Amino acid sequence: MKTQIMRRLMAGAAALAMPIAANAADLEVTHWWTSGGEANAVQELAKAFEAKTDHKWVDGAIAGSGNTARPVIISRIIGGDPMAATQLNHGKQAQELIEAGLMLDLTDIAEEGNWAEIIQPKSLLDACTVDGRVYCVPLNIHSIQWMWTSNAAFEKAGIDPVNNWEELKAAAPKLREAGILPLAMGAQGWQEAYLVHNFLSGTSEDLYYAVYRDKDEDTLNSDAVKAVFEELNAARDMYAGGNVQDWNLATAKVINGEAAAQVMGDWAQGEFALAGQKAGEDYNCLIGMGGEPSISTGGDAFYFPLIDNADTTAAQKELAKVLISPESQVAFNLKKGSLPVRGDVDLAAAGPCMQKGLETLAAGKVITGTDQLITPDAVGQIQDLMAEFFGSDMSTEDAHAAFVEIILNDE
Amino acid sequence: MSVTDHARAPARRPRRLISNPMAKIAALPMIMTALVIFIGCSLWTVVHSFTKSKLLPSTQFVGFDQYERLWGTRRWLASVENIAIYGVVALVFSLVLGFVIAALMDQKVRAEGAFRTIILFPYSLSFIVTGLVWQWILNPDFGVQGIVRGWGWESFTFDPLHNPDTVLAAMLMAGLWQGTGLVAVILLAALRGVDEDIWKASRVDGVPAWKTYIFVVIPILRPAFMTATVLIATGIVKLYDLVVALTNGGPGIASEMPAKYVYDAMFNKQNLGQGFAASTMMLVSVLLILIPWAIFEFGGKKRG
Repeated sequence: MKTQIMRRLMAGAAALAMPIAANAADLEVTHWWTSGGEANAVQELAKAFEAKTDHKWVDGAIAGSGNTARPVIISRIIGGDPMAATQLNHGKQAQELIEAGLMLDLTDIAEEGNWAEIIQPKSLLDACTVDGRVYCVPLNIHSIQWMWTSNAAFEKAGIDPVNNWEELKAAAPKLREAGILPLAMGAQGWQEAYLVHNFLSGTSEDLYYAVYRDKDEDTLNSDAVKAVFEELNAARDMYAGGNVQDWNLATAKVINGEAAAQVMGDWAQGEFALAGQKAGEDYNCLIGMGGEPSISTGGDAFYFPLIDNADTTAAQKELAKVLISPESQVAFNLKKGSLPVRGDVDLAAAGPCMQKGLETLAAGKVITGTDQLITPDAVGQIQDLMAEFFGSDMSTEDAHAAFVEIILNDE
Repeated sequence: MSVTDHARAPARRPRRLISNPMAKIAALPMIMTALVIFIGCSLWTVVHSFTKSKLLPSTQFVGFDQYERLWGTRRWLASVENIAIYGVVALVFSLVLGFVIAALMDQKVRAEGAFRTIILFPYSLSFIVTGLVWQWILNPDFGVQGIVRGWGWESFTFDPLHNPDTVLAAMLMAGLWQGTGLVAVILLAALRGVDEDIWKASRVDGVPAWKTYIFVVIPILRPAFMTATVLIATGIVKLYDLVVALTNGGPGIASEMPAKYVYDAMFNKQNLGQGFAASTMMLVSVLLILIPWAIFEFGGKKRG
């Protein structure tokens, strides 16, 4: 009797073990794409992954912006409970994790797929490379140098749509009269910091690099940088009375025509698309505050934490291949509003704003994102400074002096 | 203090360490936890606050650099100022309001159980929920201002959350609403322990009730006040979730708090050293208050 039971148990165990051996894996993927347009886009990746492989995409969306999600993601990796794949921004955010040996080396996949040739611009792959090894898959190019304007708002105020920041500034009193907020913005430091970056890059590429890359003291104290802080002062008046926190609520004000403009990354386009609005007809986009059109090539990348399980590792590598495939690139980026990372895909369906971005990219007007030039520490301090500046009556001189100090002390 | 006490004490002392070994063994895990987790980790944090740790802890020592930067940062200075104001006002108001509520409920009111439940109820909500509720109440479009304007008083303005000068008052409102009930219930329980004869005696002597409360009852309630004070004080030092839910530190940095600075430095700015320095300052300030108080309260005299 006893042996029989044992035998049955053994058979049962073997039967249970079988499906595990047939290497279909559940991959938990964490990301912070939770607004309507974003969630729509990430769905495309999950669909492609499950259609092309036997594995399962377990969605681990973390609500809130990157500032909420990133600590969760990093503490899980450091704390020994890694997810199978995760979104992070290119740049210095993951460098220490890679140096600590916590991330999966993707070099063999990258060589097999000839990533060095297909990924455009090259800086994206460089951002994933540490000591000649590749550790992440660049997914899209996000640029923050955009200003979105609502045609309906200008119509209501009886003025022509504006083509640059100066015109918007001039139109502000009339917009106020018509009960329209000239500039919509979420009252969070990271959104307000975009204004600084964009005024700098919109003035000229040289100024932008002299500030963030060279950290040149003379440039930092020059009139050009001081002028940027004067513009910020004007922006503070134009945004008074906004009273929203989240970027997509600010975008909603532009979509509804309650506000005239918003300075926000290209992901705002996903919200316009979700609301059924068309670029050129319902809304317009300006690069670099209507000044010099340069775009940064920051963006999202997928990192794969090292997991000690051969099946999971194999599945992680398959996911990496799916993410970089032309079909996923097109499907995802069309919904997301971002630009694809490979130059060889067909984007005939792209709208005028995405075309504008692609043209800028093709013309080589590409700048390195601030995430790659200064440390997260400095980025955070600039955000704190802007939160303070926009939330109080801090003088432009004080704000400028504090900004100079942050940049000069950054290592 | 009798003669026998003195005579017995020296004889008992040597046996103390080994007496009742089972109880000591049972307590060992807790003792280890206290040593390793509370003291060990605190020391580790203090040591690393003198390093250049970024995303991961490092042992590259930089002296007092992190502290210099900390005390040169406007956001930290604002946080310290905010918690000082919030702390003092919250402490005073919750004790005073709590005592008044407790004294009123002690007047043998009808349906006291119902009142007690209503007053304690906010304490059962987390700070996150409290913060969200008050964010809605104080929101100018949907909350009090919106409702009063809806009644026809068009010029009515009540928007404390978006004004740097009043945002702390709004936070106090939410904090007191949540925390006063507990103080009231603790003090009410203590009031019930006050001997009825004291009241009778003071009535016979013709002492007014308010004088009896201040000069007789409050001194008797001292232990209960101490318990309430410690509970409120710990709540103030760790204040984090209420800020995050109610204002997220805004407008600007007008409602930032030290605990939020620590979190942001460690996890958003990926600067552990800076976060450790800030949390060490929090620890130091707690010790500065706690040690003199502990000496005053427990030092010197033995009770029982």
